[in-house]
Amino acid sequence: MPLLEVSHLSKHFTIHHLDREIGVFEDLTFTLDEGQFMLVVGPNGAGKSTLLRCLYRTYLPTGGQAIYHARQGAIDLVTAADIDISYLRTAEIGFVTQFLRPRPRVSALELVAEPLTDAGEAWAAASARAGEMLTLFNLKPDLWQAYPTTFSGGEQQKVNLARALIHPRRLLLLDEPTASLDVPTRTALVARLAELKAQGVAMIGIFHHAEDVNALVDAHIPIVAASLELTGDMADVVE
Amino acid sequence: MQVRDLYRRYGRVEAVSGVSLEAYPGEILGIVGESGSGKSTVLRLLNLEEPTDGGTYTLDLPDYAGQDLFALDRFAQRDVRTFHIGIVYQNPHLGLRMRYTSSGNVAERLLITGERTFATLREAARDSLAASEFPLDRMDDQPGKLSGGMQQRVQLAKAIALKPRLLLLDEPTTGLDVSVQALVLDTLKRLQRERQITMIMVSHDLGVIRMLADRVIVMRNGKIVESGLTDQVLEDPQDAYTQQLVHAKL
Amino acid sequence: MTTLSTLAAARQDFAYGFLDSAAKRELRRRTLKAIAIPGYQVPYASRELPIARGWGTGGLQVTLSLVGPESVVKVIDQGADDSVNAVNLRRFIANMSGAQTTTDATRATLIQSRHRIPEEILSEGQALVLQVPDPEPLRGVARDTSLALQMHADADYGQLWLTLYEQLVRYKQYVEGASYPSLVNGRYVISPSPIPRWDTPKLHQAAHLTLLSAGREKRLYAVPPYTDVYPLEFTDQPFQVENQRAWSDSLTGVRNKYMTEIPNPDGSARHEISDTGYTEKLKRLAQGEAVGVGPTYFDDQGNFYHAGYLKRAASR
Repeated sequence: MPLLEVSHLSKHFTIHHLDREIGVFEDLTFTLDEGQFMLVVGPNGAGKSTLLRCLYRTYLPTGGQAIYHARQGAIDLVTAADIDISYLRTAEIGFVTQFLRPRPRVSALELVAEPLTDAGEAWAAASARAGEMLTLFNLKPDLWQAYPTTFSGGEQQKVNLARALIHPRRLLLLDEPTASLDVPTRTALVARLAELKAQGVAMIGIFHHAEDVNALVDAHIPIVAASLELTGDMADVVE
Repeated sequence: MQVRDLYRRYGRVEAVSGVSLEAYPGEILGIVGESGSGKSTVLRLLNLEEPTDGGTYTLDLPDYAGQDLFALDRFAQRDVRTFHIGIVYQNPHLGLRMRYTSSGNVAERLLITGERTFATLREAARDSLAASEFPLDRMDDQPGKLSGGMQQRVQLAKAIALKPRLLLLDEPTTGLDVSVQALVLDTLKRLQRERQITMIMVSHDLGVIRMLADRVIVMRNGKIVESGLTDQVLEDPQDAYTQQLVHAKL
Repeated sequence: MTTLSTLAAARQDFAYGFLDSAAKRELRRRTLKAIAIPGYQVPYASRELPIARGWGTGGLQVTLSLVGPESVVKVIDQGADDSVNAVNLRRFIANMSGAQTTTDATRATLIQSRHRIPEEILSEGQALVLQVPDPEPLRGVARDTSLALQMHADADYGQLWLTLYEQLVRYKQYVEGASYPSLVNGRYVISPSPIPRWDTPKLHQAAHLTLLSAGREKRLYAVPPYTDVYPLEFTDQPFQVENQRAWSDSLTGVRNKYMTEIPNPDGSARHEISDTGYTEKLKRLAQGEAVGVGPTYFDDQGNFYHAGYLKRAASR
């Protein structure tokens, strides 16, 4: 069952004050089925992250289509209304990054339970589930009531993963989720992903240690730098 | 909430020009812009504080479905403003009576609606102040004697006292210490989750917008130059002005 | 032979009741308007009188516009007929109108009073004119008169109620000892002039007409007979009159009438009923004269004549 059908997707950035266009990728076509895991590959800076962000609509794709078969019907993620994307993000599409944005005075447990409480679940059930997830990702229980703003990078990442993976999604976009993780936690993550995959969750991921997920990968999405003029180093024009 | 083609002129200055926006139940809509962009004027118009020079304004409320709120008479507007809209001003002196007690400031909202039982007033004030995470042992202190962050909490309590569906916030944390800002914003996030209030928040601070707003509108010289999901506007701004605004962040 | 002198009235040095006919007409019309809209402050052009502003010119103008040759006039100041101001006003009114005067509240047709309502129940056909220094109950809340007028027009008394709330929070009781804001006919809030709390209930469903007039502020308002008047109170914090239950009048021994406290040279206190007309009657009655003492608003046990109107506080 196709979940996501991407055709001729392209992305370039227009930097007005420099009067420049920076191409990232173009004419990307692929189909993702339910329960499929696709690994995005390509050289550094080629635009792997950009692809994921385009699908999540953090970036606005500049061309092509990305038809997503939501529970309520097919929708083109490229042209969908903001409010619909907002809804999909809470209900169906998840994004896992390296970076947690913790809020002060919100405990790790609360942050992890938030996707469930936002969806209307009662605190008791939500916090129990959050506890399970934190255990899975090896966060010590005495940290659960602490504020992640005070955690180390690795600990924050564990909270991040627990929060991102607690609520059942249909599509997961994973942007280098294993960066700054120790080996046992990486293993736990891969195990959880395998679990979700078996439940039919589709995934598109960028992994620094690609060997971790070899067993899960069904297909690759190669990203090649765009053929549009790429002047200067990406890093120095785009923050 | 929906606003179409809003216009507001002060003499020859067009403070707001052709602004259209909508807000969905339970979401936080941010309005960003520099001083003079018209963002605060929009908020005042949404609070029915000033007459408009053009445009329509509808709220999804049982008694006012489909009606243009700008076209209502003074009494109906006051009714909407009292029962269905709450506002928090940047300057607490605008929103609070400094020489009355904090609980009195909140209770006044119920008094306006005709509540005449003292115990009920006390309880409602307590509830509202607690929801705004204001320390109840100071509920009878005068706002004039409180810190900036506490004053904003009192304003917030006052604004939500009658459980409105729409909350307007004009730079609610500007001028507060950074640590205090974060706490107040966290309270707002909690409120949104617990009470499903729709919030429209004006700010010139992108960090605040990023933290709270689901969608954001960028205003310049009275017009909207860009709008979209917060992360998208802040990370992939399309308009030249927005790009400048975003990249100018220290 | 018919001459001008037989046709015209005798030349006088002053108009009847001192005020000229245009003034009297305006005052009567304003008074009628005030009666038609109970509690509404009607502005009027306050005339110059031979007494200064702040000494009862408002009350005096209303009295002069209502007085006639058959009127029986009583004037009191803080309950006393014999205070200098009361005497002064009474003489002036009598000279200007030829009306009779009395100290008996039940016999007067027109009573002008500064800051007190007599103890004996007034009946239909009697008019009480109260002197008012500041007619605006919202003065403390809205200094700007146009704002206050807007609040009255919108029946928007929220801020006034807020001051009562603040009093309960700060002092655990209502603080106004006099001029207690009261709601007339369910619509306008008035300041019932600086009568003590004791007198405020007497306005409710009264058989008599009450007129209130402020000469310096140039406004007058009215409580028609049989009109509801309720002092503002929260449902769970009732309005209370002064607690003088332990006091007794040093001259007559009577209790539960409004008394003032007078210090003795040795530091102790004695109490006297402020309504001197009433004590006068009691004294004469005690001396064997056939004097008709009327029923009083508060009986000697302290019960108010409208049962159920005043609620005793459960506990403090």
